[in-house]
Amino acid sequence: MKASAITLGVIGAAFLIAPHVYGNRTLLFSMMAFIVLAQGLNLLYGFTGYLPFGYVGFFGTGAYTTSLMVLHSHLPVLLCVVAGGVGACIVALILGPLLRLSGAYFSIANLAASQILYNVVSNQDLSKITGGPYGLKIDQVYDPSASYFTMLVILLVATGLAAYFRFSRFGMALRAMNQDPTSAAMAGIDVVRNRLIVWLVSASVAGLAGGAYAWNLSVFYPDAVFTLQISVFAIVFALFGGVGTVLGPVIGAIVLYALYNAVGISAPQYFEFIYGFLIVVLVLFLPNGLMSLLARRGVRVI
Amino acid sequence: MLSEPLLKLDGVVKRFGGLVALDGVSFSVAPSEIVGLVGPNGSGKTTAINIISGTYHADAGSVLFEGARIDRVPAFRRVPLGINRTFQVPKPFAAMTVRENIAVAAYFGARVPVEIDAVLAEIDLAGHADVLASQLTVNQQKRLDLGRALATQPKLLLIDEIGAGLNPSELNTIADLLLRLAARGIALIVVEHVLDFLNRIANRVIVLSAGRMLFEGRLEDASRNADVVAAFIGG
Repeated sequence: MKASAITLGVIGAAFLIAPHVYGNRTLLFSMMAFIVLAQGLNLLYGFTGYLPFGYVGFFGTGAYTTSLMVLHSHLPVLLCVVAGGVGACIVALILGPLLRLSGAYFSIANLAASQILYNVVSNQDLSKITGGPYGLKIDQVYDPSASYFTMLVILLVATGLAAYFRFSRFGMALRAMNQDPTSAAMAGIDVVRNRLIVWLVSASVAGLAGGAYAWNLSVFYPDAVFTLQISVFAIVFALFGGVGTVLGPVIGAIVLYALYNAVGISAPQYFEFIYGFLIVVLVLFLPNGLMSLLARRGVRVI
Repeated sequence: MLSEPLLKLDGVVKRFGGLVALDGVSFSVAPSEIVGLVGPNGSGKTTAINIISGTYHADAGSVLFEGARIDRVPAFRRVPLGINRTFQVPKPFAAMTVRENIAVAAYFGARVPVEIDAVLAEIDLAGHADVLASQLTVNQQKRLDLGRALATQPKLLLIDEIGAGLNPSELNTIADLLLRLAARGIALIVVEHVLDFLNRIANRVIVLSAGRMLFEGRLEDASRNADVVAAFIGG
């Protein structure tokens, strides 16, 4: 628990200092957004084994809920971001029955759900409400530094949740469920309720991130917050670092997003190659991510 | 049996599509009793265990535990009531240590605090407390399965084929353990193919065939019952 607190402190301090050392704030902000997404996905996949290919759906829901609240309510923008988390949570509640599916069936159904959401918000006929294919504009609340700090707080909350899932009694129940749900039920664990809680929490994290992201961009097309690439990044980042740990997704997202920016922007033709190669190496040699390298050396991994 | 039964099944029916796995099964079990459940493969023994533990719900009939209907109570809520089970193929939490396996059940499933070391000693795994469950032998995993159930302080234990694949000395150890549990007041329903083993411990057997109860009584009488002989040997 102490190690987790120190970790949170280090991450917080790093992203507070970073803008003073490194000029590209947009990159730092996006990096935080992807850490949150990787961590939020880790909450679900790492602790229950459900892999949400459509995780981006909650991110997009958050972005749209927040923006629509900014446009149509007079609430402070921070509360609108919170509403983004609530909106994603409600969508997850509606999608709750998906948890009856397992393995690939769940992943694909979740992917389909996210595509439905995308098609609904980008529909021309709904232009008056969602902006349709033209997206939304909330530049009246544009505030890069406030949205930066908001994203940092969300990042710390998501990582704190991962620490809670890993080290609490609740986390013990999750580990048992993940290994054998039938035996977990016979140990007195409410498997269905716990899964639903984690699902809602994970979706809410993505929703909050989407809200803060929309605030930071202040103008966006539906594609920017619903593209499947966001799901793929979150999954790869989390797996690369190591799911089921607190620090893995953070490290995975920092390393790979930095790489993406170093190679992906300047030499996109090599980027896909390098990424593909990395994923193959990961699956073959490090299926449990970077953190497992440490664990193998006997380091107590958090 | 003057006391009220601990468990009472009344006309329990369970269908899987067109297959009737249990067809009007009724019996009761009293505290401290060891009841054997025997029958050919596919006769509905494990289905009966699944209905009582809450893994499945019956399509008709009722299940009463301590006088209250529990038909619709989910499995995890039956655990603190005092119902637990083992599995034909043991299902430990493989990536946890033996001690953690017991601790999970003690923490989430027991009504009062449980001494984990006492459970470990009971199932003779105290020396393996810090070993991962995946590294145990099948026999040890079966005992761990039993320990996971015991950690929730059951009043009724459902034992699904614990004897299969064990050698005679291992069978003796398990038989002694089950008798000790019964002496402590726990009722046991034991699904078993190893009849010698059952003969040593069971007060009474219930013979199932194709989902129906053929016989209820002492095991040695069962072997003289024409219906039972026909069901096992084919007639």
